[in-house]
Amino acid sequence: MSPTNDSVMLEVKDLNKNFGNVHAVRNLTFEVRKGEVLGFLGPNGAGKTTTMRIITCFIPASSGTVKVSGMDTVQNDLEVRKRIGYLPENNPLYLDMTVDEYLKFAGEIRGLKGAQLTNRIHDMFQVCGLAKMANRQIGKLSKGYKQRVGLAQAMLHNPDLLILDEPMSGLDPNQIIEIRQLIKKMGEEKTVIYCSHILSEVAATCNRILIINDGAIVASGTPDELTAGASKTSGYMLKVKGDKASVQAKLSAIPGITGVTVQESGEWLEATITSGKEDVGEKIYKCVSENGWSLAELKRHSASLEDVFTQLTRG
Amino acid sequence: MQNISAIFKKEFKTYFLSPIAYIFITVYLITTTFLFFQGFFLINQADMRGYFDLLPWVFLFFVPAITMRSWAEEKKVKTLELLLTWPVSDVEVVMGKFLASFALLAIVVLLSISIPVTIAIIGHPDGGQIVGQYLGALLMGAAYLAIGLWVSSMTENQIVAFIVGVVVTFVLFIISTPFITMVLPSFAAPLFAYVGLGSHFESISRGVIDSRDIVYYLSVIGFFLFLNVCSLGSRKWE
Ligand SMILES: Nc1ncnc2c1ncn2[C@@H]1O[C@H](COP(=O)(O)OP(=O)(O)OP(=O)(O)O)[C@@H](O)[C@H]1O
Ligand SMILES: [Mg+2]
Repeated sequence: MSPTNDSVMLEVKDLNKNFGNVHAVRNLTFEVRKGEVLGFLGPNGAGKTTTMRIITCFIPASSGTVKVSGMDTVQNDLEVRKRIGYLPENNPLYLDMTVDEYLKFAGEIRGLKGAQLTNRIHDMFQVCGLAKMANRQIGKLSKGYKQRVGLAQAMLHNPDLLILDEPMSGLDPNQIIEIRQLIKKMGEEKTVIYCSHILSEVAATCNRILIINDGAIVASGTPDELTAGASKTSGYMLKVKGDKASVQAKLSAIPGITGVTVQESGEWLEATITSGKEDVGEKIYKCVSENGWSLAELKRHSASLEDVFTQLTRG
Repeated sequence: MQNISAIFKKEFKTYFLSPIAYIFITVYLITTTFLFFQGFFLINQADMRGYFDLLPWVFLFFVPAITMRSWAEEKKVKTLELLLTWPVSDVEVVMGKFLASFALLAIVVLLSISIPVTIAIIGHPDGGQIVGQYLGALLMGAAYLAIGLWVSSMTENQIVAFIVGVVVTFVLFIISTPFITMVLPSFAAPLFAYVGLGSHFESISRGVIDSRDIVYYLSVIGFFLFLNVCSLGSRKWE
């Protein structure tokens, strides 16, 4: 095995899944390396959960292969499952059990025993802020605490590959920050796949993003690459005081600027400027100071991940 | 082995986490004791034949009540997706659940030990016969459990699992009784008599354990546990 292959944690090749005549996943091919946090993004019904279910050996693919640490999920499914930690969509839990009982059960099935098991459970209590809830019945916990129990279960055995299907739903802002840090930390040496349709979440946590739509990949890259790729045009907002016609004329004359619309707002003028990919901020500022206009605001807005997402997954 | 035992422990505990197990045990003991002693003083014989003659009918309702939840609930709450992505094989999960339900049934059945004790005080029953009857009852109960578990694995609804469990067990029991075999064509009668659950319990309730009956019950258990594993595997079919 070549050294580059060693660091590939997950390898998905030509994956397809049909449910009757619903083609849920189409020719999905991607790799995730050790030390990566991959954001798996897509609108409702895109096929995220289906893909995760195939990777975790819950359902088989219609065609194509999935390898975890080089092991095939069909031929070697028990070995693969040992290395995966999984938080399924909607976080199913054994509601009759207490938090402690549940984690003990999950740990035993993971082959943890005795002091090792107690230590891991203790660590999870700290990490997920569950210590106070240890002896509570899971069914009677609030939604956010249930979510923490689900996360604790997924990370209990310190898995090589952690798969989280919408892990943040129901968490409060403090907990979101904590879990985000936790995911990043896990991502340093392990691999994390994070499914979501909340873009800001994914942008804050992941170092690579894969956007899928209708079962197929439509974009992949770092958050910066994705936004850069989409912002073929960017724009500026300028707020100055001056003569409306001259502002319009002088700004339009700047090379690189493709459009200017000026509107009055109170005693100020608001100019919306569109430009090509080139950064024209400096030229705009020079123009403002050369003409002696008073400046209130100059703002650049480039395409957000949100824009990328809507562009790619609409229509 | 650690997996089976982990699942066994969890399942067994779960029975006692809700009041159901306690209600179940109480109702079972009251019903069977009452029905037995009602007949016992009529016949006036110091044996437990009457008690074990009742069991197939009592089990008909009690066993599906034990098993109805096992899979249906996991499917409904979707914990099945957790369980089946953990590193356990389908066979281990099925065995763990079966053994846990068997343990509960065994406890319930053995709690009725007060009856032979009472009989022993009143008269002089045949101890060996009673041990045989208890073993036979457990075997038959285990066969009912395997059927009930399989039925539960095919639905998300506990009530459906209970009703269908009762019906399937009832049909399998009744086909070997003379009531049915009498009206069957002569070539089919022995077949039905062999396959049915009922005929094999007759000698057991007399305390006679025949190896053929043991083989029969073990096959029924194996067969339905196998179907149970298949029905878990059916998620993998196209
Ligand atoms: N068991 C199933 N039977 C039939 N169709 C299914 C099944 N599971 C998923 N699908 C279909 O496959 C497609 C992809 O579903 P999937 O749950 O993977 O989407 P998702 O990306 O996770 O969406 P969401 O963001 O809403 O969770 C959908 O059209 C869905 O209806
Ligand atoms: Mg989903």
